[in-house]
Amino acid sequence: MSESARVFVSGNEAVALGVRLARPHVVAAYPITPQTVVVERLSDMVADGSLKTEYLHVESEHSALSACMGASVLGARTFTATSSQGLLYMAECLHYASGGRMPIVMMNANRSLALPWNIYNDQRDSLSLLDSGWLQVYVEDAQEALDMIIQGYAIAENPAVMTPIMVNLDGFVLTHTYELVDVPTAQSVDRFLPPYQTTNKLDLGAPKNMGFTATPADYTEFKYQQHRALLDSARVIEQTDEAYASAFGRSYGGLVQSYQAEDAELILVTLGSVNGTARVVVDGLRAEGRKVGLVRLRFLRPFPARELVALTRHARAVGVLEKNVSMGYEGTVFTHVNSAYSAETSAPHVLNFVAGLGGRDISRQDIISMFDQLASVDPTSERVRFVNLKLQII
Amino acid sequence: MSIDTKKAFGARDLSDREFFYGHKACAGCGGSVAVRLALKVLGERTFTVVPAGCMSAVGFIFPQLAFTSNAIISTFAGTASMLSGVSAAIRALGIKDAHAVGFAGDGATADIGIQALSGAIDRRDKIIYICYDNEAYMNTGVQKSGLTPLGARTTTTPATGGGSAARKKDMFEIVAAHGIDYAATASVGYVQDYINKVNKARTIEGTSYIHVLAPCPTGWGTEPDESIEIAKEAVDCGLWYLAEFENSDYRLNRKPKEFAPLEPFLKRQGRYRHLSASDIETIARYRDEKWRRIRRWDSQLNQDTHQDAPLASS
Repeated sequence: MSESARVFVSGNEAVALGVRLARPHVVAAYPITPQTVVVERLSDMVADGSLKTEYLHVESEHSALSACMGASVLGARTFTATSSQGLLYMAECLHYASGGRMPIVMMNANRSLALPWNIYNDQRDSLSLLDSGWLQVYVEDAQEALDMIIQGYAIAENPAVMTPIMVNLDGFVLTHTYELVDVPTAQSVDRFLPPYQTTNKLDLGAPKNMGFTATPADYTEFKYQQHRALLDSARVIEQTDEAYASAFGRSYGGLVQSYQAEDAELILVTLGSVNGTARVVVDGLRAEGRKVGLVRLRFLRPFPARELVALTRHARAVGVLEKNVSMGYEGTVFTHVNSAYSAETSAPHVLNFVAGLGGRDISRQDIISMFDQLASVDPTSERVRFVNLKLQII
Repeated sequence: MSIDTKKAFGARDLSDREFFYGHKACAGCGGSVAVRLALKVLGERTFTVVPAGCMSAVGFIFPQLAFTSNAIISTFAGTASMLSGVSAAIRALGIKDAHAVGFAGDGATADIGIQALSGAIDRRDKIIYICYDNEAYMNTGVQKSGLTPLGARTTTTPATGGGSAARKKDMFEIVAAHGIDYAATASVGYVQDYINKVNKARTIEGTSYIHVLAPCPTGWGTEPDESIEIAKEAVDCGLWYLAEFENSDYRLNRKPKEFAPLEPFLKRQGRYRHLSASDIETIARYRDEKWRRIRRWDSQLNQDTHQDAPLASS
């Protein structure tokens, strides 16, 4: 266990502190609300000499990720950060970076998508890019944000993975709120995270052509290897979590984190910061004798189907709370959860709670209501439920 | 090999090695000549970025990879930004004496990639950006780009509609307006001038931009063995020009006293065959207008040496 400093910082600042500890060679970023403070703090660190990196102030998110790719293919460790419209603007580069097996770490401040314009939190931005070939982790608090930036490099750069990772923080709810955060020492992080080494790079001593075209004869095999790498990353994520716990004393449980789920009859599946509110609700309902629990999906890629089923199969009903809807069908996380149960002979009833779109608050009472709805679930009722929908104004 | 950049870079100074070899570009491809020559000037310590486009389509299909030095395909819009990342990594990793060079077509440069190029120049990233200008989206089958000249037939500006109605952006002046460290125009028809400019760019501590006219027999409707001649003739008839921009000064490298006749130059190319006499007069008028501007920046800065060239009729 190493010494650390305890600081009172925002989620954005915790990310910047994590980046500094990871010692990236190149940072390329473009400001967007609510990620802006990350790029400002990193600029401060470069200016005061505490972060030695080539910092590119690029003119768009597309260029931010494109520049990271150019640096990554030379074997440099890279970082960028974005949000919402910016994430979509660089969407082409997301597929490019994962297909090129470039272990870039990117912070995404989860924010809604226009139209209508809205700068507040939901998770439709990153969830719409689940198919881009990136690892996706959703953190619950600022401490986990810092820790996952550092772990992110260890996971992404693992030779079995070699895949970029997106560290998602709920916009404003996490990016702009302040918490006490343990900041490990540089020496201890250096021990945990050695410099990035790869032979998969453009190299003057061993020249290569990278980012090439593959014909129908070969394309499938490249994509299969990428798919395998994402599946295999599950093991690396768990090992990295354990190694991090022994180095710094904090474990998040790997792909999923459960709370009071072992004997729960009703379980709410969550993503990101809302889990904190939900935990308070569970404590209150448990005190009343109700058997309720939580499973937080930390990673959506790889998707922890096996872990989710193992933690919830005994429940009578499961609710999927997500700040997202795939319009014309249902919540994307809900689809994933149902798919995980599809191989089981029996499964809980599953309801989808669509809430928190465009930054609308999810209150404790809302979550209590979700457990109440799970308690009275009947197979004929509507499965996809918009929380607090104001039908009177539609 | 150390190269004296002050003297002209001659054929004997070119590397014997081929760095772009075994590709399947069309016979007479001007773009592949521009890539081949530039890589021979820059040598083996070079990282090449080519976007989606002709050069990646003809030289970069696994497992037949035609670059013998380090190279990567970028996104279509991302030539300059990927080069910026390469350049940043060269610095951060302490790699000595290495070049980051990009070869992008006219569409990848003047249309979809202009934002990233503008950003790189603004940051003065140490990159060499070479636009091989074949004046349309040739890889996808000859569609109009922002650098397609007035009157040229493409598959999206058909001859029945009179060809392209736009007049071709001047990328040289656009990049010069950024206060770029070094910019030049060139033509594969004037090879010595082109390789001198690439050789100059390799010494620049900042951003270099070279815009090289590179005929495309497939898109221009010319014979493969005419490419070099046509690239030369484009300069001689005043539809293209050879210039440099450095230290905020413009320099015209070739000051034609008289323009070669326009009509034969246009009419030998299938893309211009539909033009009427009045169309050609219009092209000549725009050419002359452009040269009045070129002469202005050249004469203001180089009054002692400048001689006004009389404008030839078309």
